[in-house]
Formats: sequence, C-alpha cells, structure tokens
Amino acid sequence: MRAAAILLLAAALAAATPALAVEPDEVLADPVLEARAREISKNLRCLVCRNESIDESNAELARDLRLLVRERLLQGDSDAEVLRYVVEGDETFAGYGEYVLLRPNASGSNLVLWIAGPAMAVLGLGVAALYLRRRRAAPDPAPEALSEAERRRLDELMRD
Amino acid sequence: MIIELGHFALVLALLVALVQSVVPLVGAQKGWGAWMAVAEPAATAQFLLVAFSFAALTWAFVTSDFSLLLVVSNSHTLKPMLYKVTGVWGNHEGSLLLWVLILALFGACAAWFGGNLPPRLRARVLSVQAMIGVAFLAFTLFTSNPFLRLAVPPMDGRDLNPLLQDPGLAFHPPFLYLGYVGLSMAFSFAIAALIEGRVDAAWGRWVRPWTLAAWVFLTIGIALGSWWAYYELGWGGFWFWDPVENASFMPWLISAALLHSAIVVEKREALKAWTILLAILAFGFSLIGTFIVRSGIITSVHAFANDPERGVFILLILAVFMGGALMLFAARAGAMEAKGVFALVSRESALVVNNVLLAVASFVVFVGTIWPLLAEMFFARKLSVGPPFFNMAFTPFIVALAVLLPLGAMLPWKRATLGRAMRPLWGVLALALAAGALVWAMQTGRSALGPVGVLLGVWVVLGAVADLWARTGRGALADRAARLGRLPRADWGKATAHAGLGITIFAIAALTAWDTEDIRVARPGEPFTIEGREITLQGVERIEGPNYIATTATITVREGGRVFTLYPEKRVYPVAAMPTTEAAIDYGLLRDVYLVIGDPQADGAWAVRTYIKPFANWIWGGAIIMALGGFLSLSDRRYRVAAGARRTAAAVAAE
Repeated sequence: MRAAAILLLAAALAAATPALAVEPDEVLADPVLEARAREISKNLRCLVCRNESIDESNAELARDLRLLVRERLLQGDSDAEVLRYVVEGDETFAGYGEYVLLRPNASGSNLVLWIAGPAMAVLGLGVAALYLRRRRAAPDPAPEALSEAERRRLDELMRD
Repeated sequence: MIIELGHFALVLALLVALVQSVVPLVGAQKGWGAWMAVAEPAATAQFLLVAFSFAALTWAFVTSDFSLLLVVSNSHTLKPMLYKVTGVWGNHEGSLLLWVLILALFGACAAWFGGNLPPRLRARVLSVQAMIGVAFLAFTLFTSNPFLRLAVPPMDGRDLNPLLQDPGLAFHPPFLYLGYVGLSMAFSFAIAALIEGRVDAAWGRWVRPWTLAAWVFLTIGIALGSWWAYYELGWGGFWFWDPVENASFMPWLISAALLHSAIVVEKREALKAWTILLAILAFGFSLIGTFIVRSGIITSVHAFANDPERGVFILLILAVFMGGALMLFAARAGAMEAKGVFALVSRESALVVNNVLLAVASFVVFVGTIWPLLAEMFFARKLSVGPPFFNMAFTPFIVALAVLLPLGAMLPWKRATLGRAMRPLWGVLALALAAGALVWAMQTGRSALGPVGVLLGVWVVLGAVADLWARTGRGALADRAARLGRLPRADWGKATAHAGLGITIFAIAALTAWDTEDIRVARPGEPFTIEGREITLQGVERIEGPNYIATTATITVREGGRVFTLYPEKRVYPVAAMPTTEAAIDYGLLRDVYLVIGDPQADGAWAVRTYIKPFANWIWGGAIIMALGGFLSLSDRRYRVAAGARRTAAAVAAE
C-alpha cells in the first residue's frame, strides 16, 4: 500500500510538471554563459527527483534552480561562486546544503572517497608486484608423473 | 486452483532445496555414493517445481486474474499481451520468482551437463547451489509471496508503471538475472573447491564456461538497459551511474576479472587463491546489487521496488553467505599452492595487471555507490555522489586497461620480451596515433576526449586483429589466411570481445565529445537548420493508443538528399496518471537524429529539442560484439571434452 501511495504521489508530481528539461525560454542569449550554465547544472542534483541532475530533470524545482544558476551567472559570478551560493545561500536564501552537489567536495571525510580508488590501485599494484617477484623466484616444481588413467585420458584428448 | 498449486509447488521446491543442500554434502564428506547421487534428481525436481510455480503466476497475469494482489497492482485488462507477460517480472515479488527460477535452472544445468565433473565436486557444487536456493525461496515465501489473494477482487487492475511498458525493458531484467544468478555457479564451484581444499587446472576449466556465460548475459542485460534509457528517458543519456546500474556494473567488472584470472589457473596453475576470492566477490556483488535494488536503501531511478524490511532479510543472506565463504576462504586459502613459475614480463603478469585494474575500477564504483550511506551514518553528512564523480574517478582505470590490453594479449606465457611482443603492434600504434592526431586536427578547439577515444578505439580494435593475425604463425600470406579459419574458437572469441570493448570505448568518447543539442520554439511550417539538416515541424495532433493518450508531432528532416519524417510523442497513461516522453529517433551508422516534442507555446508554436548523436549505436554494438566474443569462446571445443570423458568411461566399462 505504501509503495502504491509513493507511486501515486510521484505520478501527481510528474503530471504537474512540463515535459522538457531545459525550456527554450530559459536559454541565455550569450552562448558562452549558457554553456557554463549547462556545465554547472550537470553538477547539481534535482532535489525532488530520483538521482537526476537539474539539467536532465523536468521538475518545477529543477527549473527554478536552473533559472537561479543563470541569474547568478548574469550577475557575474564565477562557476565556483555559483555552486557555493546554491550550497550555502546568503542572508535571504538558505541554500540547499552539500546534498545538492553531484560531485562531492574533496574536503574532510570526503577525502576518503576521493583517495580510495588511487590508494587501492597503488596497494593492488604493490601486492601484485610482490607476488610476481615471488613467482619469478620460485623453483620450478618437478612435473608430477601421470597416473595410468591420466595418461590414457591424455591420449584420448590428443587424438581428438 | 492453479494459483494454489503454484504456491504449493514453491513450498515443495523449498523442501527439495533443503534436502539437496544437506544430503549430497554429507555424502561427499563420508564418501557415500547413494547420498551424493541425491543431488541430481533433486536439482531437476527443484527446477521443475519452481518452473511450474512461475508458469502459474504467468497464467494469472495472462488471464488477468484480479483475485491476486500482485496482478491487481501491476496489470490491467487493456494492457497489450506482451506487457501482461513481462508484467510478471516487472515487480518485486515476480522478479524474485524469476531470480529463483533462474537459480534453479543453473543448478539443474550443472546436474545435467556436469557429467565430466568428479562426483564429489559435483555433489558439493549442487549442494551449495541448493543452499542459495533455500535462502531465496525462503525470502520469496516469507517476505514477498507473489501468490497472495484478495478477499474482494476489484474489477480491474492498477496497470504497470508505463516506463516499464516497453520491449527493451521487458527483456532487460531476465538477461541481468541470468548474469547475476549465473555467478552463483562460480560461487558454488569456489566453495566446493574450498571444502575439497584443492584447486587445479581442471577446476579452472570447469568454472570458466559458467562465468563466461554469466558475463555474456550481464553484458547483454546492461546493454539493453542502457539502450532503453537512451531512447526512453527523452534526452539520450545512456548511463547515469545510478546505484542500480552500478549494482549490475560491479559484478560485470568482477566477473570480467574472474574470467581472465581463471585462464591463469587453467593454463598455469597460479593465482588460485585470488581466483577463488574473485568468484566469491563476484557473487557477493550480485547479492549486494539485489540488496540495493530490493531495499531501496539508496534512492534511485529504479525506486519502484523498495522495501526496508526485505532489505534486512537480504542483508542477512548476504552476511551469512559472504561471511561463511570468506571464513572458509581464510581457513583454506593457504592450501592453494601455486605451481607455475613466470617472469615479470609474461602473459601471467599482464593478466594480473588486468585483474588489479578491473578490481580497483569495481572498488571505485562500490565506494562511490555506498559513500552517501557511509557519510550519513558515520560523519552525519548528507551528500550525493553522481556522474561527475564517477566519470572522473572511474575512467582512468579503464583508459589504463585499454592502453595495456593489446600488448598484454600478445605476450606469450611464462617469459616474454617486450620488444618482440610489440613488433606486430608498432604499425597498429602508429595508425592509432595518426587517427587520433587527424581527428584532433579536424576538431580544433573541442575537448580532447574525442581524439583520445579514437586513439584508444583504433589501438584496441586493430590490436585484436593483430593478435589474431599473429596467431597464424609465419609463412606465405595465403597459408596464414587459410590458418585463420582454423584457429580455435577461443582465439576468435578473445579477439572479438576485445574489439567490442574497443568499439564501445570509442563510441562513448565520441558521443560524449561530439553530440549536439538544440532547444527552440518551433512554429509549424517554418524550417530551422542544425548542422546542415533542415528540420520542419509539420503539425501536432492528439492520438489515442490502447491504454494511453498521445500528443504526436510530425517533423520532417532533410539531410543531404534524403528526407525522412519522425513522430516524437508525449503520452499520458490515465490509469497510472503518468506522462512519458517518447523520443523519435532516426538511427544511423554515423549519427542518430533524436527529436523530442515539448509543451505548446504561444500562437501555435511548440518547444522542440533536437539532438544529433554521433556513433550512438556503436556503444551497444560494441557491447553486443563483446557478448558475441563470449559466445564464440563458449562454443570452443575444449569445453566439450566432456564427450571424450564419457567415451573413455564407456571404453573402460567395456574392457
């Protein structure tokens, strides 16, 4: 029942929204600014959607956020300043918090996330190098004699 | 009545699975042949019972039996027949039943085609397979019973989520499940080998076809899902790094690693413990994937199937199987002594590097997927990890893999010299560099992604060709060409799969670097031009489909001398009260023209979005070629040596 309620809610939300992500009337006249707006949008999460950026989403809130990004760009903010504004806000606007960023900041505990891959690669290659050195140094084991059954099976295979 | 029989069959299947997981295991331990022999008929019976149960549920969907809660929630009398059938697995309970059915099918296949396995190993494999069956049958029956009845059946159902009413999605889950569940075979083989305390070349040979089959199905399943997203979600995205996508991608990466390390076990009797570990992890990732999808713990596009209580049950299954397997591994891995000796520069080393890269890439995906959860639990930070992170953190490992692949594939076993292995590759490298440079010169001022993609693609694809050619040995051109046809299927499979990977890498880079997007207000009858194509909105009309109402635009495109018409739609499904966007796509070898119709604007104009997507089809084409390579390799005759084994047995009996 709960799942059905969620579906209905999602349907109601979706029905109320336009069917395009970026609407023609949002597009900025300056193509350079517009391109920057699109890049920034790809890094901002649509807060009412399931794992979509505001660049992809049809939701009303995503549209508001896209307009906000463009407004800040027109006021001369740099890309980083726009992102900081959306996250932290100012006196009049509370900001959405770091949840809105699709590329998490590499600060504090998030360093673990960013370093995990490269650290694992170094570790893996290190262990692999040790293993390979050991393999090179290992004595070649004497080949075990084949049993009668094995020899017959081998002959069978060779004939095939 | 049929419903009750289906329910009863599922309960019987659980009992059979219980017997199958205990009796053969004890038999193998004590050396009792009769007890071990229970495994085969039990596996067959388990499969038949689950198959009957699945058929019963399908029957309920096909006949729209609205006394069944599941049918009411997910079906509707007006729904086309195809989606009535696929609706069986378009929901949690039904998809779980499909999961169990495929699990039982793999178990039965091991029983039917495992004639060449030593009886003890086979008994143990089937027993472990049945243990997984017990866990998931219990999960289905106790938390997600598909056969629940309603006391007062309604007149009609609530319809299937319209996004799921699509042929692409109809076949995406079965293939993914064939892959996920196929990895259970590798797991069962690994556990059986650990119990036995023995891993040898033969084990590597037995486990490889199962892994290969699972990997092929995963490849097809992931490609289908990606293609579906491309045409259905309305803006041509093909991969979102969504937790549920990652859940299928991690087992794919790990099983690719397993596939390669099992070669080393088979040919050189090294990397045994690592291969066992990979087999355990591959299935572990499948379970984690099931957990992520079924619990909805990480919100995602696929959130139609979430329930925290079921999540706990799956977490329990995960803990028991992974905990048990890893403990067994810790106790027994020491016994897996490596035999092969090889130099630092050798095929073995190249495959070790392949494994490190694939495993680390998979690890990156894993950490990125669960990081929001960890950050919230341990650092009280609510944050998101999205595509920008994954693109940055994951791509370098795949690039490294592609750079090393052609060389690694050419290195001989045991001992190699780099100079010699590179000899047939210098030409390929020169061509790849030239192609990359040419593209870079042609597209001045755009991102380096395109040229790098071309370089890597040409390098990997022609590298695969060079590898195949080098296998023909020396001599006159005609002789070598003739020998090409006689090469083992496995060689062809290897080259084909590698070439497929190269094509996919190139296509992803090309599409990301060069796609064009245009958003505008179009007036009917007034053409606009995009990259030399003249596009005209002819008109928009309202059309009624079987269970939806559509707003359909007619748009003509003049491209060079060719004119074609596309019909992008917006649909509303009244029963589910849900709108969808149906993009219209003109598929082409070099580009897709992708049109989306938006909202009506002032004085009869419409919002129209146009995308030109270069080489889009090559992404899935590459994936299908990879899968084809897997099939070629599977059909290699050395996997059919079982025939030889049976002949020997017969001959011995006759003496």
